Amino acid sequence: MGNTELKNIIGSWSENLTFVEEGSEFLIVEVPANELRDIAEKLKTNKDTAFDYLFSLTGVDYGTELGIVYHIESTTHNHMIVMKVKTEDRETPNFDTVTDIWAAAYFNESEAYDLFGIKFNGHKNLRRIFLDDDWKGWPLRKDYVDEFNMLTR
Amino acid sequence: MGNQQFLADKIRTEEYLLNMGPQHPATHGVMRMVLKLDGEEIRDVEPVMGYIHRSIEKMCEHVSYKQAIHLTDRLDYLSSHMNNEAVALLVEKAAGIEVNDRIKVIRTIMAELTRLASHQLWWAVMGMDTGALTTFFYGFRDRELINDIFEETCGSRLTMNYSLIGGVRYDLHENFVKRVKDFIAHFKKKLPEYDNLLSNNVIFRKRTEGIGILTKEQVIDFGMNGPTARASGFACDIRKKLPYSAYDKVDFQEILATEGDAFARYKVRILEMWESMSIIEQLIDNIPEGEHRVKTKAVIKLPEGEFLQRVETARGDLGVYVISDGKKNPYRLKFRSPSFANMHGLNTMSVGTKIADLVVNFSTIDVVVPDIDR
Repeated sequence: MGNTELKNIIGSWSENLTFVEEGSEFLIVEVPANELRDIAEKLKTNKDTAFDYLFSLTGVDYGTELGIVYHIESTTHNHMIVMKVKTEDRETPNFDTVTDIWAAAYFNESEAYDLFGIKFNGHKNLRRIFLDDDWKGWPLRKDYVDEFNMLTR
Repeated sequence: MGNQQFLADKIRTEEYLLNMGPQHPATHGVMRMVLKLDGEEIRDVEPVMGYIHRSIEKMCEHVSYKQAIHLTDRLDYLSSHMNNEAVALLVEKAAGIEVNDRIKVIRTIMAELTRLASHQLWWAVMGMDTGALTTFFYGFRDRELINDIFEETCGSRLTMNYSLIGGVRYDLHENFVKRVKDFIAHFKKKLPEYDNLLSNNVIFRKRTEGIGILTKEQVIDFGMNGPTARASGFACDIRKKLPYSAYDKVDFQEILATEGDAFARYKVRILEMWESMSIIEQLIDNIPEGEHRVKTKAVIKLPEGEFLQRVETARGDLGVYVISDGKKNPYRLKFRSPSFANMHGLNTMSVGTKIADLVVNFSTIDVVVPDIDR
C-alpha cells in the first residue's frame, strides 16, 4: 500500500497525529504519548494496515526531546511505516510498553532504557541490558559526559 | 514400585537457578544465560548480554561515514563484508552516488563467499556442540580456502574492510576468478560429505528433530529473521524482498522450511550453501569491466533526513538506520542487528526441553555475540 493510502487510513483514527513525508522514504507518523498503545494496537489489528513485524525500535535524543522510533513492517502487505513518539520530560521520560502487541519490543525496550533512560510502563523486566546495573547516566544521550572517551573533540 | 512412590513423597524437590556462562563453550562468545531448572528440564531462560558491549553506535556519532564502515566489521565478524556493504549502500543511496555494475557484482560475489564461510564455520561448530568433533576439522578445512581467496584480494582474512563508499578498496586479484572456480568445484564435492557425516546421522537427527519448535506466527511476533526464521516458513530474505547490489540479476531460490525445529534450521543453512554457490557461478564468468571505485568527494555529507538500508547477512536482516543533520558524521546511527532480534525466540524454544537441547537450540540460531552486544 502506498504512503498516501496509509495516511488516509491512519489519519481517520485520531485527530492528534502528525504525518511527515519529506526526508524519508517511508511515511512517518508522530503519535502523542497517551495515544501510543491505542494507535499501535490498531496498526497491528486493522486488516488494511496489518503491521505485525516490529523491525526495529530506536531511542533518539533530539536535543530538547527524547523519543522512540518504531519501524514496523507488514508481512502480508509488505509495506513499512515509521512511528515516532516524543517527550520533553528529560528527568523521568516514560512511554507505555508495546511488548504485548509486538513481542519483539521486549529486549529493545530494555536497550532504550539502558542507553537513554526512557522507562516503559508495563514492561515485565526492564533492566540495564548491556551496561552494569550500577552504571551512572545514560550514554547515548547527547548531554552525557564521558571523561574517558578519546574520540570526542 | 511402592518403594519408589514412598521416596517421591518424602524427597523435597524445588526449582533452582543455574548460571550458564559467561565463559561457556556452547555460548560461542561471552554471554550468560540464567536458567530456571526443574531437574534437568528448563522452565525459563533469561539471557544476560552486554559482556562485549562497546557502544559502537555512540562511536559512530563521533566519526565520519567513511570511518564508520570500519567499525561495522566488529559487529558480526563472520559477516564482515555484508556489514561494510550495508553502510556503503546506505551512504550511496542517501548521497546519490552511483556505482557501476562491476562494483555491484564484486560485492555480491564477496558477500556470498562470506556467507559460505560463515555457514561452514556454523556447521563445524554445530557438530561440535552436539558431540561430533570431526565436523570441526571438515568445516575449518574448507573455510580456509575462502579465507585465502579473501587474503589475496582484500589483504585480510576475516574483518576485510573491503567495501567502501563508492566501490571496493582494491581491484580483484588476477588469480581471483580461477581460485573461486577451483573452490566451488572442490566444495561441490565436499558438501555432500557434510550430509553423509552429520545430516544423516541417527544420533544427530534424534538430537535435533522436534526440538525447539517455533511457529511462523511466533517468529514474526518475535521479530526474528534470517535462516532461523525461514526454517519456520517466514519468507524474510532481503536479497529477494528488497534486492540490492546484483541480486536482482541472479536466479536463486529462497530456502524455506515449515517444521520450525532445530533440524529445519540446520537444513535451511545447508541448502543455502548450495544457493550461494549457484549465485557465485552465475556471476563469476561475467564480471563486467570497469573501475573498481568511483570518484567521491573527500568529505561525504548526507542531506538532512533519515535513511534505512537493509541487507541480508549470514545471520539475517541487518538494518542500518541513520538520522542525519547534514553534517559529515551521523546524528544518530542505529544497527538493528539480526542476532539481537533472534534472541527473543530463545525462551520459547527452550522451555520444556533439557539443558542439552538448549545447546542445540543456541547453536541453530547461529548467534555471534558481538552482534548482539554491539
